[in-house]
Amino acid sequence: MSNLFKKIASKKSGARIALAIIAISIFTASVGREVYFTKVSVVPKKDSVASVKAFMQVYEVLTHPRCMNCHPAGDIPLQGEDSHLHAMLPKRGVDGKGVYAMKCSNCHQPTNSPGLHTPPGNPNWHLPPADMKMIFQGKSPRELAKQLLDPATNSHKTHEQLIEHVSFDKLVVGGWSPGEGRELPPGTHKEFVAKFKTWIETGAYVPSADAKAPIKKNR
Amino acid sequence: MTVLNVNEKAYEIDASKDMPLLWALRDLLGLTGTKFGCGVAQCGACTVHLDGEAVRSCVTKIERAVGKRITTIEGLSPDSDHPLQKAWIEFDVPQCGYCQSGQIMSAAVLLRENPTPTDQDIDDAMAGNICRCGTYLRIRAAIHQAAKMQREGKKS
Repeated sequence: MSNLFKKIASKKSGARIALAIIAISIFTASVGREVYFTKVSVVPKKDSVASVKAFMQVYEVLTHPRCMNCHPAGDIPLQGEDSHLHAMLPKRGVDGKGVYAMKCSNCHQPTNSPGLHTPPGNPNWHLPPADMKMIFQGKSPRELAKQLLDPATNSHKTHEQLIEHVSFDKLVVGGWSPGEGRELPPGTHKEFVAKFKTWIETGAYVPSADAKAPIKKNR
Repeated sequence: MTVLNVNEKAYEIDASKDMPLLWALRDLLGLTGTKFGCGVAQCGACTVHLDGEAVRSCVTKIERAVGKRITTIEGLSPDSDHPLQKAWIEFDVPQCGYCQSGQIMSAAVLLRENPTPTDQDIDDAMAGNICRCGTYLRIRAAIHQAAKMQREGKKS
């Protein structure tokens, strides 16, 4: 390359300009490469201990009644801090939005209804659909992590889409404003998202079969 | 002013947007067929149709109903001749009657979506409508009868 530059530089001034352009191009390319490598270096390294630790905190949120009550093992949603079957026994239906005169949004309004023991609200209140139930109830940490990571059981989501979902889905976010008298999930929504990202970005490790759900107080 | 489309008529009312639809129907429009039961969407006495769905009007704010079709028991049929209303009379379903307009409005959604309901379908659809007189067995029988009348009506 340097011989080529010497040949070009020994010619007329037009050639000097061409040399300058080539030099600028090489400089720009090297700067671009440098930026690229800098970006790669900030991606967290895989760390199974940190990943599993983060997931166990995510698990505490996902199995809290505010999240789990709409991810039941059966086709009837759960209710209350003790996750009992929903009064009136409404059914999931094909699309997760109920059946006949018992559709979720018949009672659950776009916003929380005022007062104790009134229906909490959300513009799109629903359970997961019948063909993708995404059950949280009764799942061990290992089972739930595997379910969340498998596109066949997580509603066909990539890791990025999972993070997007927990960050912005209105029903997820609504768990932290559940209406009067209802307990909040552990931590803030922001902390939950941060733990979820840590879990994924440090390798999305699945807890061992020995990992147990933490003992929950007052439930 | 707020405009509500109730039983195919436009009503202009002066009310707060967060007033429960039930209050507007009963107190402002005089449509008292729809009843107040629990006030917290637990009993079904206040059931009306909002764009065809059986909403609980005691917790439904007026603002949700603006621009939508509201149907109350008074507007279910022009001459009280909906198959459910006929069957209700035939089977003498009501005892005190307080919950019955809500029951019929819920059953109407069931029959629209499922013209041949089983006992289980009826239970699934009607579980949100409570009857303190315990007329459930007559309600179930009347729904089966109304389904039959609806099917025969469509054949003729």
